Amino acid sequence: MSIIYILWLRQVRRFMRSGLRIVMGFVQPLIYMLALGYGLNTVFQQSGKGSYIQFIVPGIIVQTIMFSSMFWGANIIWDKQFGFLKEMLVAPVSRMKIMFGSVLGGATISLVQGIILFIVSLALGFRPVNWEYLPLTILFMAMLSMAIIGFSAGIGAMVSDMQAFVAVNNFLLIPLFFLSSALFPLDSVPQVMKIIASVNPISYAVDAIRFTLINQSHFGLPLDFAVLTATVILLNVFGSYRFRQIQA
Amino acid sequence: MEPVISVQHVSKKFGDLVAVNDISFEVQQGEIFAFLGPNGAGKSTTIKMLTTLLKPSSGELRLAGHNVSKEQDATRRVFGIVFQDPSLDDELTAFENMQLHAVLYHVPKKEVPARVEELLKLVELWDRRGSIVKTFSGGMKRRLEIARCLLHHPKVLFLDEPTLGLDAQTRNLLWNYIKELNRKEQMTIFFTTHYLGEAESTAQRIAIIDHGKIVAMGTPDELKQQTGATNLEDAYLKLTGTGVRDETLDSAEGNRERFRTFMKTRPQR
Repeated sequence: MSIIYILWLRQVRRFMRSGLRIVMGFVQPLIYMLALGYGLNTVFQQSGKGSYIQFIVPGIIVQTIMFSSMFWGANIIWDKQFGFLKEMLVAPVSRMKIMFGSVLGGATISLVQGIILFIVSLALGFRPVNWEYLPLTILFMAMLSMAIIGFSAGIGAMVSDMQAFVAVNNFLLIPLFFLSSALFPLDSVPQVMKIIASVNPISYAVDAIRFTLINQSHFGLPLDFAVLTATVILLNVFGSYRFRQIQA
Repeated sequence: MEPVISVQHVSKKFGDLVAVNDISFEVQQGEIFAFLGPNGAGKSTTIKMLTTLLKPSSGELRLAGHNVSKEQDATRRVFGIVFQDPSLDDELTAFENMQLHAVLYHVPKKEVPARVEELLKLVELWDRRGSIVKTFSGGMKRRLEIARCLLHHPKVLFLDEPTLGLDAQTRNLLWNYIKELNRKEQMTIFFTTHYLGEAESTAQRIAIIDHGKIVAMGTPDELKQQTGATNLEDAYLKLTGTGVRDETLDSAEGNRERFRTFMKTRPQR
């Protein structure tokens, strides 16, 4: 337990010291929220779908968590380059524990960033319909974060230079985000888009968070929960398998 | 008594390249043992195998009675290591780096504060314990790494080029600590260096490795006698030749080839 705690603490300490990372973590999502939320609000309302800001905030929360969680994998590459990974790999501790402690640390950071964004969105006029579901919202945010971090740990373990890591990120994450239900309602898009969004696990995270905040759901909460659980498990199995393969 | 380090017929292959080729040696408890050789000779590969970071292709390594490949956790508890490259977390303070190491190595919680204080005072970093490591000089980082690897009372200390890039004062200071530790705690020291003077003045026994094979082993005096040299540097150059090596492993063979060509095509006098 104390090993997992100290590895968690390491991630949190590093984050707290980097003011720039804290600010950058939600600047980009904020721009999305302002540009799209205010920019398309009238158009969205005219087609009878209600407020676009209400609709888009859950999607932007998902974006914040996705990008900050994915960025976490870069830590593994830094640890490789700055040598700290070797210190952990020769320690008499199982690699599973090393990974688990670090994943929890990363998930905490992403969650904090997601919550900060939620608070900012309240200031910008977002109003949750179901306040009592907020603990559930946070649970889904944590699950999404764990899933992406497991994946980014795997990628971080496989590649050793930052350029490759950033390229893989952009190649996978941006399509996953844009082809999910984060920015548009699924019932008004062509069939192909609907199918793509339905096999994209990000859509289920968006859907779960959207349901708990504004009571709108496309797939239904039980299915959202099942898909997210499976994604967390699958991606963390991948991540820890790859992490165990690292040779110094 | 069983030797504290025992390497028997160990080889390591990376694809076609044989980095370490059937080496055997033993180091006794309390010995200071230097492992010398040109770049790419197989020194770091051997240390990585002894410290569980790499698995040997064949042969057996034992550390303090544990089979290194099979009893990884038990092996990891008995050694401390200072790597060739820095391995601190730059964004944490000196104290936090020590604390993290203490937890990873299961040092009893009650002992940690006193032990950290003692070691940081030993390497003269106690006053800087709250500073972020990023702000430290190369010498300070090295001293911190030495303090850190002593936290869990290792039986064997591996130092892979510990004095690389340090000034003469810091090098002198480090070797004094290390000799003191060896004398007071009977700690076995296994180190590599390119400063042959350090090896001559510190090591009780030396092994010279080249192209993955041990080419000579003995006390500094024995090595000098064997080669008819007056100092260790001459003995070393006689044993390993004067050709320059590249750093990477896979260029070792190419280098030998280039060296041979160079010797052949050199104008004859």
